[in-house]
Amino acid sequence: MPGSTTERPKGGQHRTVQPSLRDSTFGKVLSRPVGRRRFLAYVVAGSTLTIAAKFGVDTFTAGDASAQIPSPPQLLDIQDLGDVLILAGKPTEHLVRLEITDEGRAVLELPRAEVGQGLTTAFAMLVAEELDLPLEMVEVTLADARPELLFNQLTGGSNSVRSMYGPVRAAAAAARSRLLAAAQELWGAAPEDLFTQAGKVLNKDARTAGFSSLTALAAAMPVDRIVAQPKDPSEFTLVGTPTRRKDARAIVTGKQVYTLDLDIPGATPTMVRRPPTVLGTVESVLNESEVRAMPGIIDIAVVPTGVAVLAETFGQALDGKNALQVEWGGGSIDGRNDEDIKQELRAATLPAAVPPLLGGLEEEFDFAFVSHAPLETNCAIADVREDSAEIWSGMKSPIVAQETISLELGIPHDNIKLHVMQAGGSFGRRLYWDGAIEAAHISKATGRVVKLMWSRIDDMRHGRMRVRTHHNIRATFAAGNVLSFEHRVATPVTDWSHGLGEILTSIGAQLPGGNLTFTETVFTLTVKMPYNFGATTQLILETPTKMNTAAWRGVYSPNTRGAEEIMVDEIAASLGKDPFEFRMEHLKEDSYREVLSKVAEVGNWGRSMPAGHAQGIAFHEEYRSCTACLVELDATDPQNPRVTKAVIAGNYGLPINPMGLKAQLLGGLTDAISTTLTAGLHIEDGLPLEGSYSQFHYARQKDTPTDVEIFILPGDRDTPGGAGELGVSAPVGAIANAYARATGTKPRSFPIIFPVDFEPFPR
Amino acid sequence: MPSYSFTVNGEAVTVDAPADLPTLWALRDKLGITGPKYGCGIDVCKACTSHLDGEAFNPCVTPIADVEGSEITTIEGLADGDTLHPVQEAWLDMDVAQCGYCQPGQIMAAVALLNRTSNPTDEEIDAIENVCRCGTYFRIREAIKQAARNM
Repeated sequence: MPGSTTERPKGGQHRTVQPSLRDSTFGKVLSRPVGRRRFLAYVVAGSTLTIAAKFGVDTFTAGDASAQIPSPPQLLDIQDLGDVLILAGKPTEHLVRLEITDEGRAVLELPRAEVGQGLTTAFAMLVAEELDLPLEMVEVTLADARPELLFNQLTGGSNSVRSMYGPVRAAAAAARSRLLAAAQELWGAAPEDLFTQAGKVLNKDARTAGFSSLTALAAAMPVDRIVAQPKDPSEFTLVGTPTRRKDARAIVTGKQVYTLDLDIPGATPTMVRRPPTVLGTVESVLNESEVRAMPGIIDIAVVPTGVAVLAETFGQALDGKNALQVEWGGGSIDGRNDEDIKQELRAATLPAAVPPLLGGLEEEFDFAFVSHAPLETNCAIADVREDSAEIWSGMKSPIVAQETISLELGIPHDNIKLHVMQAGGSFGRRLYWDGAIEAAHISKATGRVVKLMWSRIDDMRHGRMRVRTHHNIRATFAAGNVLSFEHRVATPVTDWSHGLGEILTSIGAQLPGGNLTFTETVFTLTVKMPYNFGATTQLILETPTKMNTAAWRGVYSPNTRGAEEIMVDEIAASLGKDPFEFRMEHLKEDSYREVLSKVAEVGNWGRSMPAGHAQGIAFHEEYRSCTACLVELDATDPQNPRVTKAVIAGNYGLPINPMGLKAQLLGGLTDAISTTLTAGLHIEDGLPLEGSYSQFHYARQKDTPTDVEIFILPGDRDTPGGAGELGVSAPVGAIANAYARATGTKPRSFPIIFPVDFEPFPR
Repeated sequence: MPSYSFTVNGEAVTVDAPADLPTLWALRDKLGITGPKYGCGIDVCKACTSHLDGEAFNPCVTPIADVEGSEITTIEGLADGDTLHPVQEAWLDMDVAQCGYCQPGQIMAAVALLNRTSNPTDEEIDAIENVCRCGTYFRIREAIKQAARNM
């Protein structure tokens, strides 16, 4: 009822202040236990109302200022990676800051990265909901690196909404309660006569006060006036409704500012000439003076990763980079290629334990290296001075980035200001700060403000990639039942040296054996078997091949679960069962069957298809969310297949923004189309051959379906599940299964269509 | 150093630059027009797609000498003040953007298509080669169709 001052709105907007419930001021902490949880909120000094909130489990108290390094988790205690990350962030999450400005706007400083996943919109919705404030009055900014946050400034593991859902709502609820208490003081009103609506406090007697007029008083209210209890999800009116991205207008008008769009005084376009093999080194520059004499060239410097060229424009920097003659030292995989890495993985794969009995299948699968290939290449702006530095870049682990830069440059980390920029995609790439640290080295070496951009060719060849994987799956069955399911995975090392986002676990991951511990932990906490298949084991082993790698959207799941979904179809066929019916019989949970039956029903599973066309179906669960996908695929030309239709359903427990969740599932579908059918990297003589999108065949419009239906099911929990990575794995299985059915083949190597159909760029 | 004069988004500009400097860097590094993005530099990702005398072009491979006397429109010049172009409106309606980095180019490619044909077929939409690494293609397709209905 906008504009009304006499009627109370329904549901969520009806709030009252109960004097017995309190928050805290300036470190004097009071709290209200609610069930097993307690809510703590602090007022931070300032002329406007600024809240810092904590939403901890009751084992944590206000005294828990120092965080502990989480031990490798025990599966009995913790169920998935998201829980580990939430737990790791617990001791510091009270440092989430929310300000109510004197214009009555709410500004949340989010210690996470926005890389296209829609976090800033989802969190703005949560703040607007709790404050009863119009969404357009909420602003979400990305926090600079804040080392005091320890483990709580890592954007990964589909964990941001899961981990920040509580603290952000607690901060907003505390702010709202203080605004109510301020109005109560101002009017001498009874608490039960006050409520909030559309950015105002409303009194039953028709008086109103905008938040803007209350913010100073609210900040000064004594603590015993305040209740800070977030709404129950049943009261939500905005959260759970499809909401468009807050930054969409800036994007469609070209005003969204990415790192290289910043206008930093003196920032000089810079590119780096890189070695001919992965992790190669610079021996000497042979023609520096010639290149210095080229038009527009400003400076040249050797840094650990290559030779930097600074110029008036990027076009000239690129010309200079290309003209350099450099003597290079060796890299980490010189002379090696795909085939020998594949054989190394095959040899390293652990054996299955259960002997084949009456019936069984044993199959091997391989998935190629895949570039993250975000459209914005690695980039950063760095201004390094004698004893300080200021750096701008898209970063998902800014704290460990800051600490690493501090160590490498010998600058105290307190003197390094690291600004987290909204980035042009990540898919795991921006867990690393490769651009930031390289720009810092160049800035230090040249004494200039450096605006560093990687070329696309370099980004694809020397940027990070998803590791190649080899899979051996053995299933045994008898009398129509699956008795055992064993899955063994081998991969080259995936770099986990970002740790949990700060330096201590980062160093832990770099110690001997430390990275494999991370790998095993992440694998165990992310890869789960959703079917009742008897004795089930899933194990991973790494080989020590060192390359530029990083977790890629879904980490091990797209390949591991994708291969399993292919096996599910083949086991069903062996048992003479329909793939959909077989899954319905063996899925462990009703919520799993719900998403699967949704896509089967909407997608008309089993309908007859023309020759060369087929349907495929698959399921995936991770991070407390689950999804199913049905595709139709046209493989009339088996070398040029196209997914023509997709039906996808997702269940997130508590969906925050269904429109954003659908976007993530659509992105996952496109990733699956690409990596299953055409997109991968060939390694030859120590370097990926692919150097641009003309060679790395990520899907284009012509490769994607003209008919897509996506459903977000209501869910049945009061907490949200993970969203960013969920959407890849089920379509991988569905597309492979459709291709198998359409062509009568058994796909085992991915991407399925993977020729070197191009002339590689010079090294 | 030679200088080149042309108009960008209705404004006359003159740039001192070597003749072979790609127009993308004249726009971004010399004129501060940052809507067109670098994604590949070799005209395969199409992130920099803008208009040259009303036709889609890719400034990353167009030497500055080639735009002398021409009229360039970038994403910044598409709207009429605060009034968005129908394609931009459709992009908002369909909530197309994820990371957003390719979207200025996608929008300029869509506008060029709709300038050529008022009711594009799926095959014509398929012919747009702009890469969207977030994989928003289906929403792009829907937005183009909606814009066609509204134009």
